[in-house]
Amino acid sequence: MLAESLFFSAVLFIIGVVGVLTRRNAIIVFMCVELMLNAVNLAFVAFAQVYGVAGQVFVFFVMTVAAAEAAVGLAIIIALFRHKQTVNLQQINLLKG
Amino acid sequence: MLLQQTQDSAHALAGTAAEWLWVVLLLPLAGFVINGALSLIGATHLGPSDPNTGHDTGHDTGHDTGHDTGHDTGHDTGHDGDHVVTRHRFAAITSFVGPAVLILSFLLSAVIFWQYKSVAADMHEPFVQQYFSWIPAGDLQIDAALMLDQLSLVMLLVVTGVGALIHVFSVGYMREDPGYPRYFAYLNLFVFFMLLLVLGANFPVLFIGWEGVGLCSYLLIGFWFSEKVNADAGKKAFIVNRIGDFGFLVAMFLLFANLGTLDFRQLEVAVPSLTAGGALVTAICLFLFLGCTGKSAQIPLYIWLPDAMAGPTPVSALIHAATMVTAGVYLIARSHFLFALAPVASLTVVVIGALTAIFAATIGLKQWDIKKVLAYSTVSQLGYMFVGVGAGAYSAGIFHLVTHAFFKALLFLGSGSVIYAIHRAYHATHLHEDAQDMRNMGGLRRYMPVTCALMWIATLAIAGVPPFSGFFSKDEILAAVFARARESALAQAHWLGIPGSIVMYACYVFGLAAAFMTAIYMTRMMLYTFHGPNRTGDREREHLREAPWVMTGPLVVLGILSAIGGWLNLPAFLPLGPIGLLEHWLDPVVGESALRLTNGVAPELAPSIEYALVGAAVAIALLGVWIAWSRLKPEALVPKAQAKPEEGFERVLENKYFVDELYDKAIVQPTYATSRNLLWRGIDVGLIDGLMVNGSAWFARGVGWLGSAMQSGQLGTYAWVLVLGVLAVVGAVTLR
Repeated sequence: MLAESLFFSAVLFIIGVVGVLTRRNAIIVFMCVELMLNAVNLAFVAFAQVYGVAGQVFVFFVMTVAAAEAAVGLAIIIALFRHKQTVNLQQINLLKG
Repeated sequence: MLLQQTQDSAHALAGTAAEWLWVVLLLPLAGFVINGALSLIGATHLGPSDPNTGHDTGHDTGHDTGHDTGHDTGHDTGHDGDHVVTRHRFAAITSFVGPAVLILSFLLSAVIFWQYKSVAADMHEPFVQQYFSWIPAGDLQIDAALMLDQLSLVMLLVVTGVGALIHVFSVGYMREDPGYPRYFAYLNLFVFFMLLLVLGANFPVLFIGWEGVGLCSYLLIGFWFSEKVNADAGKKAFIVNRIGDFGFLVAMFLLFANLGTLDFRQLEVAVPSLTAGGALVTAICLFLFLGCTGKSAQIPLYIWLPDAMAGPTPVSALIHAATMVTAGVYLIARSHFLFALAPVASLTVVVIGALTAIFAATIGLKQWDIKKVLAYSTVSQLGYMFVGVGAGAYSAGIFHLVTHAFFKALLFLGSGSVIYAIHRAYHATHLHEDAQDMRNMGGLRRYMPVTCALMWIATLAIAGVPPFSGFFSKDEILAAVFARARESALAQAHWLGIPGSIVMYACYVFGLAAAFMTAIYMTRMMLYTFHGPNRTGDREREHLREAPWVMTGPLVVLGILSAIGGWLNLPAFLPLGPIGLLEHWLDPVVGESALRLTNGVAPELAPSIEYALVGAAVAIALLGVWIAWSRLKPEALVPKAQAKPEEGFERVLENKYFVDELYDKAIVQPTYATSRNLLWRGIDVGLIDGLMVNGSAWFARGVGWLGSAMQSGQLGTYAWVLVLGVLAVVGAVTLR
């Protein structure tokens, strides 16, 4: 059961990573980050089955942080959109040195 | 300086005048300070009201307009009747201070000598005065200390005595020079350093003096630096001497590395631990001798001395004849304990000395500049001294050093007096001719009888005609070489595979041949300068006259010394007085080393051989004088301006065997080329400026460009880099 769960978690995580790397829409990238977080949550839960509840406790923390991050992140994306009239990340290079 | 003075209370000289040794040293230094200050003040306060204004462009200015009316009035006094004297505003103070410090120094030295003679004449232990610790660096403990022994005392008297006479002469010779106080400042400073060299109790103190006299020599050769040729001559002397000093330094390093001390007394105790005749002690001696070849103008580094004649003539007399150039001879005598252990190195000294003696003498045969003749003669005579000290006849070498100081100083000062007269004659008629070329002289005995007579004494002395001083010293050196060629450590050694005995006999023959040529070229010089018709010029002739008494006075004293100097060290077969004074005097210092080089037995020649040697030497000297006197025709000479160029071997001699040209092609030009192409364009411009200075700028700019290019602002790129980084870290951790 642990192996399958971890495998599933890894697949989810890789989908998230690939999404972050390849997609251009900021909202989809953001969702992919959430996907990675939840892949980690899954791994925590799976390990909690074997090593005790500490993992599950940690999941709650992650979900809390993810919720806060979602609020802040979406706010940033809205601000970005207002500024640039787009959420296409390729057209946003304010970090260019 | 004297605060930490510690007394060598055990020594017999403690508490006597020898305690005042430092005063002898500091008097010339004080003279330097005073004259130097006057020179600086004079240079900064030249106002419009100053009488020197307009005369400070060179030593050739400064004459009057009334020379055509009153030129005969000054004949009786020797003063310039046709000449308004323009002098430096501080000339009076300098004329007093400059010579006075030297005379006081000499008097004090004489008192010290008298004390030493009465108290410690036979003492082996030198009198050492330690003033303070100069370089305390771990094992290297060097004190600022002066050492007085029989050897340094002889040098002390020569330096201060001859130095004082030359200072007095300079008062007359340089009287109208705009740089008068500067001249005396340098001259005083020179004497200070020379005394430091002579009195130093260890190699580093001696080396300070050694470098100091080199500096003063440079300053005085280039004294009239506004002419490039003079400044170049100074630089040449300085640079050539640095090559020799490299050898001196290496010798000191080797000594310290192997014996752990540089103090003369400690070295003398420590040296027997070295293998006698071993590679190490031979190397040390040869490196020391390299230093000597530079300072004392021996092959291959003699080339600077003839050029050094660009300086004022009294400088040539003091520095480049009587004192500084003999420092190498003194150094070898001072390190006798080293050379006594290295017969091969001693043999090298003999060979180089003999070769230099004959080589320089041949060049002297064909020089026209009166000072150049004397310069090559000095090189040649220095060769004799090295033959003496190299052969282990230290007292003979020092004896020749002393007599040479007398007669060569006299010759130089006499030539200075001649040049002064000719120069003033040309000056009076505004003619720009060479005042030093013998072809412009001739017949001067009628105008300068005192100078002529005194220079004849010196000429006979240097030629080796008895009973003048040079005969005794030169004969003693030649006899010493001959005696040691049969049976000595030198004769048993091999030099480049040749048995030492053969080398020594060859050196004896070279010495004899050089003596022959010395007699010829000196007679030639006298003949062309003082005899025959005068070639100075018809109008100029009226202005020729004897130098003032302030110049002829020192000449007279030196003339007496040149004539009777031989009595310092009479040979045993000529009992005209106490025999071998100088040899006995120096015996406590160098006697042991001299014996070591002769395998423990004093070399004795059978009386018949001894008389034959003396007879040969005298015959050769007289033959040389006679040949020159009878063959050379001063009547056939023409002034320099009309002279034909020389041909054949004479041209080679006149051009000094083209050694300067050879060195220029073989050493100077390649050095220039290497410096320009490799060091400057290659290393400085290419490596330092190009690769390192500009290269680091290019590197920083390149890295910056790369870094800024990476900052695309594209989030995706950053994410990719981040992921790749994580993968790399994880990969490294798991694969480890």
